[in-house]
Amino acid sequence: MSTQALDHTDVHAHSDHHEHHPETFWSKYVFSMDHKMIAKQFLITGIIMAIIGMVLSVLFRIQLGWPEESFPFLERILGKWAKDGRIDPSFYMSMVTIHGTIMVFFVLTAGLSGTFSNLLIPLQVGARDMASPFINMLSYWFFFTASVIMTYSLMIETGPASGGWTIYPPLSALPKAMPGSGLGMTLWLLSMGLFVASSLMGGINYISTVLNMRTKGMAMTKMPLTIWAFFLTAVLGVLSFPVLLAGVILLIFDRSFGTSFYLSDIYIGGEALPNHGGSPVLFQHLFWFLGHPEVYIIIMPALGITSEIIATNARKPIFGYRAMIMSLIGIAFLSFIVWGHHMFVTGMNPFLGSVFMFTTLIIAVPSAVKTFNYLATLWKGNIQFTPAMMFSMGLVSLFISGGLTGIFLGNAALDINLHDTYFVVAHFHIVMGSSAMFGMFAGVYHWYPKMFGRMMDARLGYFHFWLTFIAVYCVFFPMHFIGLDGVPRRYYAFTSFEFMNEWLVVNQFISIAAIIGSLAQFIFLYNFFRSIFKGEKATQNPWKSNTLEWTTPVEHIHGNWPGEIPSVYRWPYDYSKPGHDEDFIPQTTPYSETISSNIPTDFGIHEEPVKAEEKSN
Amino acid sequence: MTTNTSQLDEIKSTPWNGGRSPFNVEYGKMMMWFFLLSDAFTFSALLIAYGALRFSSTSWPDPDVVFQSAPGIAHGAPLVFVGIMTFILIMSSVTMVLAVEAGHRKAKAEVAKWMVWTVIGGLAFLGCQAWEWTHLHHEGAWWGHNPFLNEDGTVASTNFTNLFFTITGFHGFHVFSGVVINIIILINVLGGTYERRGHYDMVEKVGLYWHFVDLVWVFVFTFFYLV
Repeated sequence: MSTQALDHTDVHAHSDHHEHHPETFWSKYVFSMDHKMIAKQFLITGIIMAIIGMVLSVLFRIQLGWPEESFPFLERILGKWAKDGRIDPSFYMSMVTIHGTIMVFFVLTAGLSGTFSNLLIPLQVGARDMASPFINMLSYWFFFTASVIMTYSLMIETGPASGGWTIYPPLSALPKAMPGSGLGMTLWLLSMGLFVASSLMGGINYISTVLNMRTKGMAMTKMPLTIWAFFLTAVLGVLSFPVLLAGVILLIFDRSFGTSFYLSDIYIGGEALPNHGGSPVLFQHLFWFLGHPEVYIIIMPALGITSEIIATNARKPIFGYRAMIMSLIGIAFLSFIVWGHHMFVTGMNPFLGSVFMFTTLIIAVPSAVKTFNYLATLWKGNIQFTPAMMFSMGLVSLFISGGLTGIFLGNAALDINLHDTYFVVAHFHIVMGSSAMFGMFAGVYHWYPKMFGRMMDARLGYFHFWLTFIAVYCVFFPMHFIGLDGVPRRYYAFTSFEFMNEWLVVNQFISIAAIIGSLAQFIFLYNFFRSIFKGEKATQNPWKSNTLEWTTPVEHIHGNWPGEIPSVYRWPYDYSKPGHDEDFIPQTTPYSETISSNIPTDFGIHEEPVKAEEKSN
Repeated sequence: MTTNTSQLDEIKSTPWNGGRSPFNVEYGKMMMWFFLLSDAFTFSALLIAYGALRFSSTSWPDPDVVFQSAPGIAHGAPLVFVGIMTFILIMSSVTMVLAVEAGHRKAKAEVAKWMVWTVIGGLAFLGCQAWEWTHLHHEGAWWGHNPFLNEDGTVASTNFTNLFFTITGFHGFHVFSGVVINIIILINVLGGTYERRGHYDMVEKVGLYWHFVDLVWVFVFTFFYLV
């Protein structure tokens, strides 16, 4: 395996990790420094975390759907957290909190970027591995440790953190505030501290690899859109997570060292606390300075994956390649100046609120550019309905329906009514939760042959897609109406308030849809794990795609390409180019071999020939 | 292949066309730059939090009163001690520059000499910080305890000391890490690791970190001792 003669004269400046050393089980599967293996580690850890997050959501959906009923099996699973088969209210809060945390950070940040950035960046830019394979390995192991701690916190006596995934003080700052504010919150903070370190190590690696290690000819404007998305995602992570870290440092001091950064004038059980001079809103500012870029950290990789899959499977060049890049850059930039829209009702100065509203609504522009470009790419395409393509189109659908409600919520005046209602839950679950998850599924189905050298079963894939797609809409669409009626999120039982009673039936419908949707994921799990061993053997380029990863051998080798890394001559979207005998031209095909299909714009000549003639006259 | 077709396939060798680093730096240095950018955001967030808390308070203790002591001088010497600390840290940056410069000339003995001075500078700074913290602690200041009055004579929020100890502590932790890393590099220099490698780039990379820590101190110093 490591007997390949590798090119040592390239730019990669790897001095020490291409030596031939015998591979053991530990160095190959556990402490691997190979980006392809690390990608698989991220994916499988992410899948396990996703199952935990999903099970939690099913449990609290049972509570929301049938708040008055007793389910003895719950006591068997949860023990004292579900006495007499009814879920304990503070454990309900914990489940909501940990579900959010796991899904946002562990599945859709590390599971999504971790998997696909690691897999695709070196393969698609034409590099032997990441800039620093060692730091890449550390990044995974920090993430793994963070996952273990977060999961472990579910099992402690006092229960896990329960102040919501946004861990607002004072609930998170006072260990006595509620059961989950004690050890559970401490473990949450420890886990997230490790997670931030993991994300930073991953991020600087992705950035350096993209900037430094592109193969000959891979100009920034010849990179697949996936790479652009991963690159900008990494930039967002590197710049926003440290601010959360700063906020968490202050929070830890508030919790354990008697400081008052976020605390002022608080009473617990009628007793006044000595804390004075702090501000809980300060935490919200620090948190959302991460929190908002974070949602783009989640969605941008999914959008990048979708761009690639839609172009490949529509057999058409992506519509507006440069506009897609510009819109990603626009989204990335704007994401840093909109965090205040999470805080419209904190007593923020209305003028400042209107500034945040303005920047928020501007994000609709690059987002719409992307959506319309997807639609225009599909338009009159020779669409191949692979499971990956289905999920990509599903993402476009969800991104549109969830994005529209974002315009409502971005409005500072409307937000007074909608803030913290189920409308918000519906909005973000559709626009970044489900659609990023669809992007992740699309990526798994599409690059599975590259990861495992085998194909996933397409029929099970369609089955999985339709059940998931319908379930997602059945779960989240009705929530808009519940929210418009003013029902707040995170409430334990809808039966406690008169005006919510009428929504109980809808809640039961949502819960049933959620359970069906969850069961559908087992089709995916079966398909995924079975295909690793029994899937049909993959060919080198099963989707007839242009990008570089499909020029590598099916069998994984350390260093990706045997012999020299191929040079790149063209952009990655030469699908169905008129005059060419096949409907795709890989990036490695030189123009001299495609004389019949070359056009002036291939060489950067954008003037129309007629006008050029007029000029010369 | 005719000249014509080979012209078609020509790949421009401009910096951004792949096959080389656009900034002519190797990956380790680039990763260090991005790490520093990230760390800059951490410190900015902490200092902005400091500003937010300070300006939401009507008055604040006067740094010239709080920090007026130095070893042997009980009071009346504002800025003297912290001035010495700052001078030490900046001098250690100078010695670091000299180490990097010696590294470019591959002069192993000189690199080692200047690295030793940098480590000494870092340790001296940490020693000064330890002295100052101990002194303030004896005066009754600690996390959650603030014996100092506001400039206008009212009782001050504990956030004055909270912020001071947290932020200078976080900076001190960075200096401490820097000293540890510098010692590791020094050992490698003496062991000939970089001589065998043919370049002293590692010295330059930790140098970047060291200068960054120094630069951050300038801001911390300004915010806590000057304004």
